Amino acid sequence: MGLTTVFGSGAGTSSYDDFHHTAFILLVGSNAAEAHPIIFHHIMKGVHNGAELVVVDPRKTLTTKRAHEHLQIAVGSDIALLNAMAHVIIRDGLYRTDFIDRATEGFAAFAESVKAWTPERASVPTGISAERIESLARRYAKAPTAMIGWTLGITEHHNAVDNVLALINLSLLCGNVGRPGAGLNPLRGQNNVQGGGDMGALPGRLPGFQDVLDPEVRSKFEAAWGVPISAEPGWDQTQMFEAIENDKLRGLYIIGENPIQSEANAEHMRHLFNKLDALVVQDIFLTATGEMADVVLPANVSFAESDGTYTNSERRVQRVRAARKAPGQAQDDLWVVASLAQAMGHPWPVQGAEAVFDEMRKLTTNYRGMTYERLEQAQGMQWPVPYEGHPGSKVLHDRLWEATVEKKAPFIPVDWSPPSEMPTPEFPLLLTTGRRLAFFNTGVQSNVYDHPHKIGEWMEMHRDDAKPLGIRDGETVAVVSRRGRVEVPVHYSDAVMPGTVFMTLHFPEHVMTNNLTIDATDPKSGTAEFKAAAVRIERL
Amino acid sequence: MENSVTLAIDGQSITVAEGTTLRAACDVAHHTVPTLCWHENLTPANACRACVVEVKGSRTLVASCSRIAENGMEVQTGSERVMNARKVVAELLLSTSDSNLAPDLIALAQNSGAQADRFAGGATWAQPALEDNNLYVRDLSKCILCYRCVEACGDDAQNTFAIAVAGRGFNAHIDAGFGRDLPESDCVYCGNCVAVCPTGALIGKKEWDLRQTGQWDESQITQTETICSFCGVGCELNLHVMDNQIIKVTSPMDHPVTHGMLCVKGRYGYEFAQSEEQS
Repeated sequence: MGLTTVFGSGAGTSSYDDFHHTAFILLVGSNAAEAHPIIFHHIMKGVHNGAELVVVDPRKTLTTKRAHEHLQIAVGSDIALLNAMAHVIIRDGLYRTDFIDRATEGFAAFAESVKAWTPERASVPTGISAERIESLARRYAKAPTAMIGWTLGITEHHNAVDNVLALINLSLLCGNVGRPGAGLNPLRGQNNVQGGGDMGALPGRLPGFQDVLDPEVRSKFEAAWGVPISAEPGWDQTQMFEAIENDKLRGLYIIGENPIQSEANAEHMRHLFNKLDALVVQDIFLTATGEMADVVLPANVSFAESDGTYTNSERRVQRVRAARKAPGQAQDDLWVVASLAQAMGHPWPVQGAEAVFDEMRKLTTNYRGMTYERLEQAQGMQWPVPYEGHPGSKVLHDRLWEATVEKKAPFIPVDWSPPSEMPTPEFPLLLTTGRRLAFFNTGVQSNVYDHPHKIGEWMEMHRDDAKPLGIRDGETVAVVSRRGRVEVPVHYSDAVMPGTVFMTLHFPEHVMTNNLTIDATDPKSGTAEFKAAAVRIERL
Repeated sequence: MENSVTLAIDGQSITVAEGTTLRAACDVAHHTVPTLCWHENLTPANACRACVVEVKGSRTLVASCSRIAENGMEVQTGSERVMNARKVVAELLLSTSDSNLAPDLIALAQNSGAQADRFAGGATWAQPALEDNNLYVRDLSKCILCYRCVEACGDDAQNTFAIAVAGRGFNAHIDAGFGRDLPESDCVYCGNCVAVCPTGALIGKKEWDLRQTGQWDESQITQTETICSFCGVGCELNLHVMDNQIIKVTSPMDHPVTHGMLCVKGRYGYEFAQSEEQS
């Protein structure tokens, strides 16, 4: 969302290879060693080649363990840190005037907006000393090339898009985008988040991030599909939930998602889903969401039985191939969707994945030069690939380094606001959530194999918080937020700072962490603030 | 060619880029040397001595996997001294290790004319296999201490540093720290050590079980390249399927995303995709 606003497309600007040949790597709200282990291999190659690695994370993790510096920031205070870094870079004249003049706009207003963000001021909400903020700002600015990577620690906040914009502003100041070894990289949490966006699974976009508000774009797709396309953007997830609440949305068709367990404020989610007239769920398992459905379409076809493509975090489109036969009469998602359309009176043909791909690449420049054959030969291709014979694009937005830049990248000033819920005497601790290496999301995929560390959910709590409450290491306690209550074993941990506790969403059958989380969402992206909920702990 | 060096390999003049190893230069000359511990994605460990060559003027044979080519070097890849060294390397390894699942060692033995039982009857590595978890087994009877697993676990890929060589002489072995079982160690079960092991000393639990019961049948296994279904890194998986069951997952060593390395979810987290048959 932030990347789309500034650069026109919502994707990482670099390749994994760029981590090998950069001078500086800044990870913010990312535990890559556990959530993106193989990207972390690339990051560590860079470190062994001499790059400095700095990690900003409220927790000590396997990633921070390998960093040259770990800034253990207070949850939800990233913009204060990033604006203060920009403040120092501008104050000390460390920004790249040539790049800013040629390729950006809005610098003066941005400089004005961070004037008040002195490192001393930022040290209060972040808990990081002014000296360390100054030093980090100078090192980032003086590095000849620098990469920024981020994950859900940036985007699962009520100000997610502002967080991303603050990172973009920093990179624009120093010209760290659009060239080898310098870029902005959201590390995608799910295998085809990028591909879903590429295909237009966004409320206001058609395939290839083409804007549904643009009449030329619409008429191109109308001609290809033979149907009129509404000029009105659809609803994002948050807007859909609001529409259910207001009785404007009465039916929901869910493919391969488990929102009853994966969405924040789970009890409220259950209440919303109970209001629906019709719920259709298509999944490989009978998930908790599926159990609430009026109709379950057992699309019993996992990745191992599917054909198609996924797009990864470096925009690499790669082939997915069926390796085994699906059980019984299970059909793949394409067949189910087309058959459903036919049953509703629309003559959609049941096509293979390649036919759909070929149609899509005719309509989108990003994909136009890709064929299944080329994807196979090249071990995947990085978009944009505007024509056949084009080798694919390792770096995005290199146009910003041309002599004349037609479409300049705007600085967009952002201000910091604390998480929607801050600790109070009644709820004195801040619960933050994340992933553990061996497991994934709500466990639908990861709770089947027999991992030696599978002991269910536990809560990381600092002993300085636990001991005054008389809580022993390993004791099961109740965690209460304004929305719900769960019981979970506590483990003393130095990974979190006093005042913060940590849990995952991996074992909803055991501990329904999302009964606690808050559904305060970013108005621009619709993402909920999974990373910060005020809680109290009660002994049982 | 700028920044290049010219040397003679078995009398043939070869020009390669500066920094090229003798092993790679021998490949260019089509006089490929055998290797055991060398691996394309790992730093040479100089452990096995299978790749030794004779360099004129050098008192000892040199490990071609790590020695950098220099101008004017005269290299012999098949001299009597070299052939004898290879043969003895193979014979010594065969006398101590179980080579059943070590195709490179078996090939080295055959090509060098090694007598498998020449040093038989002495000490061996034979010991019970370590089955302390359900993801992979350590059968150290097969270990040749090539260090590949240590490097893959360390700074060549995983950066976990859970294992190292401990002990001396016949007590030397790959250890997860103080003799601990894996579940108590720093191991994160990525299985990248298993992926680079050349002898089957490290082996997936499923493959181990199927081999123990005589059900592992290479001729019945198909391999399909696809992409992992967990996070957004996009790792290429090679799914090994037998009787419609995924029984092993690897990744191509030349893939630009993975370089053959995976995480625990990609390598071992596939059971969900076939859980319908088990319920």
